[in-house]
This record gives sequence, C-alpha cells and structure tokens, in this order.
Amino acid sequence: MLDIPLILFFEGLTNGAIYALMALGLVVLYSVTGVINVAIGEFVMISALTVASLRAGAVPGSVYLLVAGLLLWAVYDALRFARERRAGRAAVGLLWPVAAAAVAYLAVLLAARAELPYVAYIAVAVALTTALGPVSYRVIIQPLPRASALVYLIMTIGLHLALTGLGLAFWGPQPYTLPPFTSGRVRLGPVILDHQDLWLLALSALLLAGLWWFFGRTLHGKALRAAAVNKLGARLSGISVVRAGSAAFTLSVFLAAVAGVLITPITKMAYDFGFLIGLKGFVGAIIGGLANPAVAVVGALFVGVAEQFSAFYVSSAYKDVLVFLLIIPVLLVRSLQHVDFEEHVE
Amino acid sequence: MSRAPSAPSGAGRAPAGAVGTWLRRGLFLAFLAVIVALPYLAGAFGLRLANLIGMYSLVALGLVLLTGYAGLASLGQAAFVGTGAYTAAVLASRFGVNPWLTLVAGVVASVVVAWLIGLVTLRLKGHFLALATLAWGLVITGVLRNWIPVTGGNTGFGSATGNRIPPLTFLGDPIRGDREYYVLVWGAVLLTLWLVTNLMRSRLGRAIKSLRTGSVAAASFGVDVQRVKMITFLAAAALAALSGGLHAYRELFIVPNLASLNASIDYLIMAVIGGLTSVWGALAGTSVFVLLKEQLQQVLPGILGRTGNYEIVAFGFILVLVLQYARRGLVPMVDALLPRQPERPVREDAPPLPPRERVQASGPLLELEGVTRSFGGLTAVNRLSFQVGQGEVVGLIGPNGAGKTTAFNLITGVLWPDAGRVRFAGRDIARLHPHQVARLGLARTFQHLNLSPSLSLLENVALGAYSRTSSGLWSGLMGLGRAEEERVRAEALRQLRRVGLGDDPFARADSLPLGKLRLLEVARALMADPVLLLLDEPAAGLRRHEKEDLKVLVRRLQGEGVTVLLVEHDMDVVMDLADRIVVMNHGELLAAGTPAEVRRDPAVIEAYLGREVA
Repeated sequence: MLDIPLILFFEGLTNGAIYALMALGLVVLYSVTGVINVAIGEFVMISALTVASLRAGAVPGSVYLLVAGLLLWAVYDALRFARERRAGRAAVGLLWPVAAAAVAYLAVLLAARAELPYVAYIAVAVALTTALGPVSYRVIIQPLPRASALVYLIMTIGLHLALTGLGLAFWGPQPYTLPPFTSGRVRLGPVILDHQDLWLLALSALLLAGLWWFFGRTLHGKALRAAAVNKLGARLSGISVVRAGSAAFTLSVFLAAVAGVLITPITKMAYDFGFLIGLKGFVGAIIGGLANPAVAVVGALFVGVAEQFSAFYVSSAYKDVLVFLLIIPVLLVRSLQHVDFEEHVE
Repeated sequence: MSRAPSAPSGAGRAPAGAVGTWLRRGLFLAFLAVIVALPYLAGAFGLRLANLIGMYSLVALGLVLLTGYAGLASLGQAAFVGTGAYTAAVLASRFGVNPWLTLVAGVVASVVVAWLIGLVTLRLKGHFLALATLAWGLVITGVLRNWIPVTGGNTGFGSATGNRIPPLTFLGDPIRGDREYYVLVWGAVLLTLWLVTNLMRSRLGRAIKSLRTGSVAAASFGVDVQRVKMITFLAAAALAALSGGLHAYRELFIVPNLASLNASIDYLIMAVIGGLTSVWGALAGTSVFVLLKEQLQQVLPGILGRTGNYEIVAFGFILVLVLQYARRGLVPMVDALLPRQPERPVREDAPPLPPRERVQASGPLLELEGVTRSFGGLTAVNRLSFQVGQGEVVGLIGPNGAGKTTAFNLITGVLWPDAGRVRFAGRDIARLHPHQVARLGLARTFQHLNLSPSLSLLENVALGAYSRTSSGLWSGLMGLGRAEEERVRAEALRQLRRVGLGDDPFARADSLPLGKLRLLEVARALMADPVLLLLDEPAAGLRRHEKEDLKVLVRRLQGEGVTVLLVEHDMDVVMDLADRIVVMNHGELLAAGTPAEVRRDPAVIEAYLGREVA
C-alpha cells in the first residue's frame, strides 16, 4: 500500500536535492551580498548544454560568453585603474583577464576537438560555468557597490534575460539529454532507483556536507559568514567585501553548474528549463527566510517531494502551480510573527 | 554644493529666470498636441503601436508608483493584467455581463488578489513582495494555461476558439477600430496621469515618497506604513488590470502569455528605461521599449539567420547598463539637462495649521514602569522606570551602550518591550505601533539621521505635519487638498526658520553638513506640534554657536508648554537645559535627580570615569 508514496518520495527527493543545491547557493549569496540572483537557473542550463556541445565535438557558445565577459572585466579594470591613475596596475589588470580568456578558449577548443571521456567533459563544463560566476559579479554587481537589494534584483533579471536569449542562440529551442554517469538500476524494496539517481543524491549530500564543514570549520568559510552578518565589521577585520561577494557568487554558480550535470541525464535540458529549476530553489530559500541555510535545504527537499505528490495525486498540469502556491502560507506564517518595526528597514 | 546665497527675506520665494518652467510647459503642450493630432496623422500600424504604448503605459505608471516612489518591487504586474483581461472576457462572453461592467469587475478581481498578496508580504522585507508576486504570476499563468474549460488554455480565449468576446459599445455602437479605441486608451492614460500627478503632490504622496529611504521616519510622524504600502500596491494592480481589460476588448482575443513572467519583466524594463521616479518616465520608457522591440524583432533574425525572441538578450543588457550608468532613467536624465525649474513659492499668507489639542494629564506625562527589552542574550534595557512631568525638560544620559536609544525606540513603538509599561498621559502605549504613538503627540529626532536625501529641506520637514493633517486618498487623487498643502508648506518654512535653516528651503537635504541635518530633524519634529518632544543627540556635530541656538530653542519650546526628553552626550547642553536628569548604565536606571544631584552622585561618577583604584 505504501509503495506509491515511497516511490514518489524518492523521486521527489532527487528533484529536491537539486533544488537544495540552488536554495543553498541563493541563501549564501543573499546573505553575503544582498543579491537575489534570479538568473541562478540559467547556469544550470549552461553547464548541462555545454557538456552536450562538447560531447558532440562542437565548441559550446558558453565559451564565447566567458571570453566576452573576461574581456569586459579587463575593460572595467582598465577604466578603474585609469581613473585612479595607476598605470602599472592597469597593465597587469588588463593582462590577466585577457590571458585567462585565451587559456579558457584554447582549453575548451581542445576539449571539443579531442575524444575525451565523459567525466572530463563534465569537469570542463562545470569549470567553465563556474568561471562565469566571478565574471558576472565583476561585470554586473561590483560596479554598483552600494545599491539596494531592489536594484540588484532588477539587474539579475537583466542577466536572466540575456543568458536565456543567448542559450537560445547557442543551442536552439530543442531539449538535449545526457547519458547517466553509470547505467544500471538498484532495487530498494518497492523503489527502483537508477544509478544516476544515486549519483545525484550522493554527490548532492557530499556537497552539502562539504559546505557545512567549510562554513563551520574553515577560516574562509567563517570570513564569508562574518561578511554576511556585518559588512562593516568584516571589513574592519580585514575581510574584503568584494572578495567575499565574488566568492559567494562563484560558490552559488558552482552549485548550479553541478546541479545541471546531475539532473540532465534524468530530465533533459533546454535553454529555458533552468529558470524553473532556479525558481523552485527560490521557494526552498524563501522557506528558510533567505537567511537560514539549513531550513532552506530542508525546505527545498520538501518542495521536491511536494511536487511529486501533487503531480500524482492532484494533477501533473498543476504541479508547478501548487509548488509556487506553497510560498503563500510560508510568507503568511512569517508575517504573523511579530517583527519589531526596525527590522523591516532595509 | 554651492548655491547662490539668498537674503533671508527672499526665502521661500522662487528665484527669477523661469526659462525652465516655460520650457517644461512647452514640452507638455507639445505632448498634448501630439496626442491629439496622432489619430489624424498616423496610419493603421502607427495607431496600433500608439494603442499598445498607451495600454502598456498604464501598467508602467503603476510600477512608477510602486517601485519608483514607494520602493517596492513587483515581478508579477502581468499577472494582474491577465487577471483583469480574463475576468472581463470570461464574464462578458460566458455570462453576458455588460462589457463596461466587466472592466470594473476585472479591476476589482485584481485588487482583491493583490490585497491578499499584500496581506502576507507587506509586513516583511521589500523583496518578499517581489518574490511573492513572481510566484503568483507563475500560478496565474499555470491556471490560465491548464483550466481549459474556462480559459481555453494555450490556444487562447476569443471567437477563434468559439468564445465570442462582445466588443465595448458607445451609445450602442461597437468600439472596434484602432482610431476609436485610441480615444478610449489615451483618455484613460491622460486621466491616470492627472490622478497620479495629483496624488504625488498630496499629503499621501509625500508619505509614499518617504517610504523609499526606510519606513521608520514616516511611521514616527504618523504614517500608517502598512496601509500606505497597501494603497500603492493596490493602485498598481488596479492600473494593470485596467490595461488588461482594455487589451481584451481591443483584440477580442487573449492568450495566457499576457500574464506571463516575461510580460511582467517587460513592464519592469519599460519603467526602468524611462525612469522609475517620473510619471513621464512611464510613457517615455514604454514608447522606447515598444519601438525598439519592433525594430529588434525585424533586424535580429536577419543577423542571426534564425527566428526566435533574441531581442531579450538586448533588453537584458539594456537593463543592466541603464542601472549601471543611468540609474535614474531617461526622463529624469533629460530633466536634469534642462534649465532648472524654479520651485513653487511658499504662500506665507496661508492660515496656520490648527494647533494640536494639549492633553491635560493629572499625573506625569510620560511614565516608564519596569520596562525590559532583550535582543537574544543581551538585555539592552532592564526594568527601567522613570517619569517625565508635564512641561519638564528631562535629560537621559549614560555611557555608550547604556540603552538610551533603545529606550527611545521602546517609548515610540519602534520596539515593543518584553515586559513593563509605558504610559503617555495615563494611557498605556507600550504595544502601539509608531504611527499610533505619533498621533498622540510624540515627535522625535533620530541619532542616526532618517531623512530623504534627495528631497528638499522643505519636503523633509513637511512630513512632520502628517499626523496634524487629514486629507486622504480621494482628495489626494482629485487634487482637493491644495489649501491644506499650502498651509503645510508655510508651516514648514516657519519651522525651518525657527532652527535657522530658512535661507534655502528648496536645497536638497544631502547638500547640508551633518550638524545642519540634525537641526533639520528638529524642525521636522517641531512640525508635528508635539506634546512630548524626544531629541536623540541633537547637539552632536553642532558648532558652538549652533549649540547655543539649540539651547535657546529648547527653552523657548519649554516656555510654550512642550515637554522634552533629551538624550545627549554633551554635558554642557544637558546640564544647562534639563530640569531633571535620568542616568542609565548597562540598560538599568543608575540615578535620577536634578543636574546638581546627579553630578555629585558617586555611582554616576564611577560609571563615567571608572572606579578609583585604591
């Protein structure tokens, strides 16, 4: 009798693990930088479709995006150093993003031409996508160091539009699929899990545990947390807000990139699929109040499970509707708690 | 910021040189001329675009109100457009309701939905509204796509799918062509422009504008922040729904994409490009967006050799670049390039605002009894009790971190105590909201300034009279509160002069040095004609002669019957002014008495100077 709920639960858990990676990245990013990155799901799409291009022996469009972003980085740095009249720094500042762009381009070109094992393509795609994180931060957020959360939000909407459109230009409208890391099935009582489901659950759990350790035990992790709690205080203790922001962006994009290669063998991926995954991560993050990473992760898992149950018991057409409706009671509970007036000041 | 010095006698009068005014009037007339002439000049395609621009403008105007003025973002305006359109279309088509009535029904439906969303999000931080409206947009689109028996699903709703939407009629004749529809659409746009412009010049408009830089100041002068936020949000939803209804009757065919997230983002782009802080920005941004999109859709597929909505890439970059390099948007930028427009002069002959009724309490005016408040493990204020008698000046002093500002926040309702009572004129106010406390006649200044830097001194001060004035939403929209506004402006100028800032009332607040900004805070508090005035370190950053002026001012206020509670580190100021002094240390009451008594108190000396080492 419990077979169906159990099956649904495990299916939900696999999706939920992906949403959890997104939610965790969003919470970390928001706490450290005040940025709500609506474009987070696009990085899921980019990493997955980059693997698809590489496997087909084609140069993925995403590398041009990275090169363009790095060149823009060089221009922004050059302009800044010119304004500060530091010619020496300007030369170095120009040099390294250009060099990085050249290295990245050549590496991806070689990877596309050579016959490499699947895992190498995955590594290249995740690295390439992750590199877009600090680039996005440098080019989009850093030029406006003290903008409001509202302005950042609108900027990431711009990023979402640009990346979605570029995804369409690079890969076209059709969905792609990727092979599972290893093929085969495992039977757990009534539940049959593909190897890919296990890979997904295991690697997500590993990542979450790793981050737990990183934020709780290492100096860099603690520095990031300090920057999240108090920007001024962190700066006074020698933590660079810019570097913390860049690191948070990199981390959240890395999690999205990993999510992309984990989920695509199960669900397929097209230029506009990533966005919805990102938004469901947001529902998890909102359950955690955009502040509590542990609750956000649990919330995201819950979103995944609730999605499967509502698809089966209510209607698969309405499953997204029901998932997004989840945030209404969550917000209701939050707003019924008494908050001091001061706390809603930005 | 250098400004031409002006004689005190000329203060409040507008400077000569009205080129800016005439230029702007000319532009306005040119705009009206274009609107009137367009139906005779433009072809079918041009009129179609003009109608589109008009309908989008309504939504963008709502965003200007909501995002530009009140600082709240919505990522779901298209959801309200869709709600308005589908409610109208389904009611008219399925139930034979009069099309004009269905327009109203569409607006009502959207407003109800917005009210529910507002109820669960407006008490939270601003971005929760953005995320909730985003989610709501996805919900609505999902329902419109899948509830096929009612909405027709993805194929759309209209005669092509067997659901005939009857056209709007005027005196029995259907309004069909773009030329006739133009009158309807632009009539609605002009009316909305008029209403919104009136509103932003009213008392309520001032409250809306004050929200953008944080809501504590507004609340502390009697603005019911939740209510004002809600009004703004509902107005934006209503405009979006009206736009949706108009859309439904123009096309007589609607699709779920009308409500999609992409459409919501489009509206945001329009408002950002044009300038979120200007009603004209909504029109300009919409025009630029519609025309640019039209061009891009023709050009881009040719360049890329494929069809698809590639224009979103361009709009994505435009959004980011506008925010990075021209954050204020098109219209405010052009406005800054034109010669400055002289400010409307203050009518000093306007009758003064009625004075606040003085409460006659039998006991002390303010009484704290065992007030305690902790943050996590830290007890900031611990069983604090003291009284302030009517007409007294009481100094509240203590070392840094003693809990003085927390005590202020507990008195004014910004924070609520965990335990204890706060009585004002015998009434328990411990669990009132800041705006309710303000309406009783408490006014305050902030240690960490809480002013709107981009607004003029006069506008900043005028907010202080909010709790003394009464004109509401309706009179704001209709422009009926003008007489009261003149009285407020005249009063604001008087209060600015009273603190010595009357020379240039139209200067922006951020052009003043810190010390003068403190005086600006004092002037705003005086605007409230307070019964009890709470001053939080008013002398910090003031020069010697300014401090002397402040002392004279406080003494004069006391002579007028105002009770003052003063937090101050400057002992010279406190000892001079205060009838009695209350000393706090570590959140607790350390001593209380006359300045002379407190100065001799060994416990006080120890707290300030440390224990003598034997």
